[in-house]
Amino acid sequence: MARERLDLWKGSKVLLIGSGPIKIGEAAEFDYSGSQALKALREEGIETVIVNSNVATVQTSYISAEHVYLLPVKRRFIEKVIEKEKPKGIMIGFGGQSALNAGIDLNDAGVLGKHGVKVLGTKLGGIRAALGRSDFKKLMESKSIRTAPSRAAKTEKDTLAAARELGYPVMLRVSFNLAGRGSFIAKSEAALKKGIKRSFAQSRTSEVLIEKYLGGWKEIEYEVVRDMYGNAAVVACIENLDPMGVHTGESTVVTPAQTLDNEDYNAMRAISIKVAEAIGLVGECNVQFALNPKSREFYVIETNPRMSRSSALASKATGYPLAYVSAKLSLGYKLYDIRNEVSKVTSAFFEPSLDYITIKIPRWDLTKFESASSSLGTEMKSIGEVMAIGRSFEEAMQKAVRMLDIGEPGLVGGRIYNSGLSRTEIESILRSRKPYWFLYAAKAFALGIKPEEVHRLTGVDLFFLNKINNLVTIYEKAKNLKGSANPKKGTEEEEQLNRMGFCGQQIGSHQDIFVKSIDTLAGECPARVNYLYTTRAASEDDISFKEKPKNGKALVLGAGVFRIGVSVEFDWSAVSFARALKKSFSEVSILNCNPETVSTDWDTADKLYFDEISAETIKSIDRKEHFDGVAVFTGGQIGNNIAEKLSGYGMKFIGTGSSSIGRSEDRNKFSSIVEKLNLAQPEWRAATGKHAIERFIDEVGFPILVRPSYILSGSSFKLLYSQADLQRYMATIGKQVHRSPLVLTKFYSDSIEAEMDCVTDSKSVLGISMQHIEEAGVHSGDATIAAPFSNSNSAYEEMKRMALLFSSELEMKGPFNIQFLINRGKVYIIELNSRASRSMPFSSKSVGINLMDYAHKAIFEGLGMDGEFHEPKHKSCIVKSPQFSWLQLKDSYPVLGPEMRSTGEAAAFGKTMDEALLTSWLGVNPNHIPGGSAIIYGKSGTQHLGKAAAVLKGLIDVFTVEDYPIANAQPISSADALNMIEKGKVGIVMTDNDLKKKDFGIRRQAVDFNIPLVLNGRLASQLSDAFVKSTDFNDVKEMKEYY
Amino acid sequence: MASGKSHLCTRDGFIVGGFRFGAHKKAIGELVFTTSMTGYPESLTDPSYKGQILVFTHPLVGNYGVPRKKLISGTNLPSNFESEHIQAEGVIVSEYTSGTKWDSESTFDSWLKRESIPGIYGIDTRALTIRLRDNGTSIGVISDNSKDAKDLDTYDYESINFVKMVSPKKPVYCKVSGRKQKGTIVVMDFGAKNGFINDLLSLGYDIIRAPWDSPAQEILDFGPSGIVYGNGPGNPNLLGEAISNIRELLDTGIPSMGICLGHQLAAIALGGKIKKMKFGHRAVNKGIVNRMDNKAYITTHNHGYALSKRNIPASAKVLFESIDDNVVEGLADRKHNLITTQFHPEARPGAWDTRFIFNMFYRMMQNGKRKA
Repeated sequence: MARERLDLWKGSKVLLIGSGPIKIGEAAEFDYSGSQALKALREEGIETVIVNSNVATVQTSYISAEHVYLLPVKRRFIEKVIEKEKPKGIMIGFGGQSALNAGIDLNDAGVLGKHGVKVLGTKLGGIRAALGRSDFKKLMESKSIRTAPSRAAKTEKDTLAAARELGYPVMLRVSFNLAGRGSFIAKSEAALKKGIKRSFAQSRTSEVLIEKYLGGWKEIEYEVVRDMYGNAAVVACIENLDPMGVHTGESTVVTPAQTLDNEDYNAMRAISIKVAEAIGLVGECNVQFALNPKSREFYVIETNPRMSRSSALASKATGYPLAYVSAKLSLGYKLYDIRNEVSKVTSAFFEPSLDYITIKIPRWDLTKFESASSSLGTEMKSIGEVMAIGRSFEEAMQKAVRMLDIGEPGLVGGRIYNSGLSRTEIESILRSRKPYWFLYAAKAFALGIKPEEVHRLTGVDLFFLNKINNLVTIYEKAKNLKGSANPKKGTEEEEQLNRMGFCGQQIGSHQDIFVKSIDTLAGECPARVNYLYTTRAASEDDISFKEKPKNGKALVLGAGVFRIGVSVEFDWSAVSFARALKKSFSEVSILNCNPETVSTDWDTADKLYFDEISAETIKSIDRKEHFDGVAVFTGGQIGNNIAEKLSGYGMKFIGTGSSSIGRSEDRNKFSSIVEKLNLAQPEWRAATGKHAIERFIDEVGFPILVRPSYILSGSSFKLLYSQADLQRYMATIGKQVHRSPLVLTKFYSDSIEAEMDCVTDSKSVLGISMQHIEEAGVHSGDATIAAPFSNSNSAYEEMKRMALLFSSELEMKGPFNIQFLINRGKVYIIELNSRASRSMPFSSKSVGINLMDYAHKAIFEGLGMDGEFHEPKHKSCIVKSPQFSWLQLKDSYPVLGPEMRSTGEAAAFGKTMDEALLTSWLGVNPNHIPGGSAIIYGKSGTQHLGKAAAVLKGLIDVFTVEDYPIANAQPISSADALNMIEKGKVGIVMTDNDLKKKDFGIRRQAVDFNIPLVLNGRLASQLSDAFVKSTDFNDVKEMKEYY
Repeated sequence: MASGKSHLCTRDGFIVGGFRFGAHKKAIGELVFTTSMTGYPESLTDPSYKGQILVFTHPLVGNYGVPRKKLISGTNLPSNFESEHIQAEGVIVSEYTSGTKWDSESTFDSWLKRESIPGIYGIDTRALTIRLRDNGTSIGVISDNSKDAKDLDTYDYESINFVKMVSPKKPVYCKVSGRKQKGTIVVMDFGAKNGFINDLLSLGYDIIRAPWDSPAQEILDFGPSGIVYGNGPGNPNLLGEAISNIRELLDTGIPSMGICLGHQLAAIALGGKIKKMKFGHRAVNKGIVNRMDNKAYITTHNHGYALSKRNIPASAKVLFESIDDNVVEGLADRKHNLITTQFHPEARPGAWDTRFIFNMFYRMMQNGKRKA
């Protein structure tokens, strides 16, 4: 029977839906899962089509899919693709909640039925039952599975009644939502009333669930795989260190579970399989439990019948390729007929055994968002994560802390540990669940606070707290010995120290490391793949390093943790370059520590080191491997930051050398190169003290771009327009002004910003030009960018000349990105990054090449051009738009500025700029073509907004706000504006600048009620034009057709 | 926590240093590893580990302490341990931890001390496991003194009758509590785990645990509705006496069930052959397929000997198959009214997927004796 089902799909066409731009809650994990699924399909001879607007992904690169549609993950666009491609099946479980919701929309609109497209994997009925809060509860009750006491409600009145019945505090959850959107804990009726409207606005089915709040209970998650014949296995169990009440995406988690005994583990395991059965799972799902820490009582909380963040984590933590297996299952495979691709001899029907500990820690960037609430809660706010592997809890935990790249050397010995924080301050931080609580816990123990007390404050299991406490004790002992008096070899003290996972910075000595492999079976069966990690708690390597492959060994660095400014685009470059490197080396290794990536699939390169991207770790690995070359530029800035050290260890670089990197990164050195080449740059100075600052401003005048050389809470980049701005800014930094320099740069208002993504062999340059729609002053990561540059021919020529000059002056080899400011026809250089850049997947795809392939060519063969600049021909327009996650960052103020705040991007091609801009903008959530009314307002003199209003008037009603009125629109009060948004009467809000004092409410209201929000006048004006000329998007084309 | 140096030496000349925990004494036994990540109280009290030193592949052991003993209702049998005491001879871990949870009575270390079982930590258990996998099971000694390795020469695990040490000397009666009993099941006790005794009790039958060498007639005199050949330690081929008793009992057609060692003994009694494996199966994560309906299950394993497909008895059919190798995981023999499992349907530690086998056995008993 299985055979017949499989034959159904041979030679057919299947459409896979991606997750769109990266936002908090939907990140690069879906690039990993989609890419694996596409691989699984292609192995079966299936023709694959993908729809995804996220241009930065590997899955939209013609590596894994045959047809790539760079289009919004929305019904109207997918429908056109279905009409054109006529796929036989559709996969909606590999693109997060976005893909699932799009799939449900397509079905409900009759599109799937009309075109006879079958949903592969779990049936829609099962998905609905899993995601609808009340349906799920009913289904669970019918199977005698206990869920937390709760009631579903569709109105505010019902909600309040339900809460009264359950008793406060209650937890409110929203159906069909990702990342805990709209959920919150209400301790009182007043609090519930306050938050409820926002929750309903976030619910696509107008349904919420009011649940008894199980604060302090343990949160446990199981990952289940199941085939259509009912065979099921649990691939991983994840234990959250943070108890219930903290979203699992915000939790520090450990795999395998550490504090569950056999009874707990298997009682929940059995239920998780029952839940999978109940929803008719075919593929993979997670099941979340709340477990009473003082009894055997537990409840099922929820299930996600799709690949998820946690399934990506489970895949990396165990080596079990969940997305690949899940895709095979959806075609009709039996689970036990699928091979375990790690051992190659056993079956995929088993439950991985781990002989190591993995820890995931989220990464937050909340300081970039002024006023955003910084306490961890039921809604996800983190934007990235790391996973560390160790042979002890302490080792994994300390590695993970280092991987976060927040400047902390581990749990102890860093900034927080050595700070002067008092007991009271620490207790308050722990009580209010601030990010990175474990660093404060370590500090608490150093201050003599007992683990029991920290447990009381945080709800974290004492097992983990005792371990951290123990580590603090050992560290304090070791610290006093520092270096010289290390414990003798073979003593218990040495063994203990090794197991704690300290780094050189912490204890001043470098310890031996050993390389172990992940084989899914805890050593019972040899691994046939090289999925590796390092540990000090060992005495032997798993693999031999004796053999020297014929064409040598290369190491490619990944991007590490994702954060604002570093995301999936750097995974694209690492993966692309690792593939290209195979042409020159026999063995290519990747080093990365981010579980949400394609680069950390063990089959992306010959070897995967899932470990810290630090000079110390790389040196240790290199002592064993003796790499013939290391590519540092692939993962973005993280590699450049350690380039000098690596070079000092004698490592050979693939591409630009470390001294060139150093010259391009050091502000002073770079500035003098610019002068030497006689090129223009905005005046700048590193000034310390009030006088120096004022002197510079006297010389160049306002506006000024300012950036402190130390970390401030709140954004660090600021634009100052006046003396008043300066005074305010000085007040916020206080006495610091006398201690460390501020970098001041002259800012040119009303300038255009442009960029080039290039590769060079030091002589010639292959480059792709781009221009920003927003004027200069908006961070390039937050700008709407079009390719190619079309503003002025003379400026373009100057940009080309500059790119060529820098490439030879800096003797660069490989990729670089260069940014320009154009003011009154004059081109200024503002930045050069000698490495892969954020925009390279976009620029590459704009012309249908892969800059990483050319980087390889440039480095190993030369570009074969005659010292010239060449830009491949653009045959159509392409635009990329930033995706912001304001919604998840409660109380943050949506604004554009020199500090980057977006989390992702969408891109689209078009026959015209308008079409490309509009399609690209529609690829971003929650954008849609506005109906209802528009509210447009801004500072007086913002002509662009006035233009937008004039254009939009022909389409919809346009209102403006009294505080910041614009022409051509009917003024209303702020209160009326809030009211209109809440009532669903507003289709779009457009504004400009930072008007926080007066319009915080309106911007937040728009975000909280899912209303498209445009934060820049130029963009507003161009978009309005595009709305008016809006097409019906009938003519969809795949990427190739635009080249 | 300084405790002092200890050594692990194996017969093939491997010596590695670690540190003492648990009881301070010497231990010798067959060196085996389990890949189960949880359930150390259950594993270590499983009588099948008699004569063996157990290596845990998961690096942390002891995280939730050791629970207070809880009794199976109406009996003296602990429900959360597989027998009264730790049965393994010694314990090897990378790290032992001192965690406790709400139902703990002691830490892992103090339990080992109380039970007089030595442990060694600070060992690269992954390297050791790979060694055992590649070179096969070895005999090992845990000792302060690495010179004690010479003891290994005289130790022959395969020739020792461990069953004798763990089997009751006289019949033990367990009464089903509450309801009226449906009959009596006799368990030939080779070192039976409390786990399946508990599962059998919950079918509503009284249980009599008979000594391993009870003559067939003595067992028949109990008037059993069913007979269970349970698990136990060591080499099945040493237990000739038990095997011929089993042969006699099988011929009566009384519904019977074999688990682990019991499965192997029943197979030998019916003419099958059991052979020593290279390093055995000790895990809770193994897939098997039920050949009646082709459904697959995750099962618990603890065995160093196995029946392979070409050695099955003529009257039996393969009921359960291993997915990953050619080990026969269970037999059905209509003629003799017998079902067997190489794996542990009671699990403990492990997944509950195959508890339905006790219901199969229940139905067999309800259908009664079959003429052999």
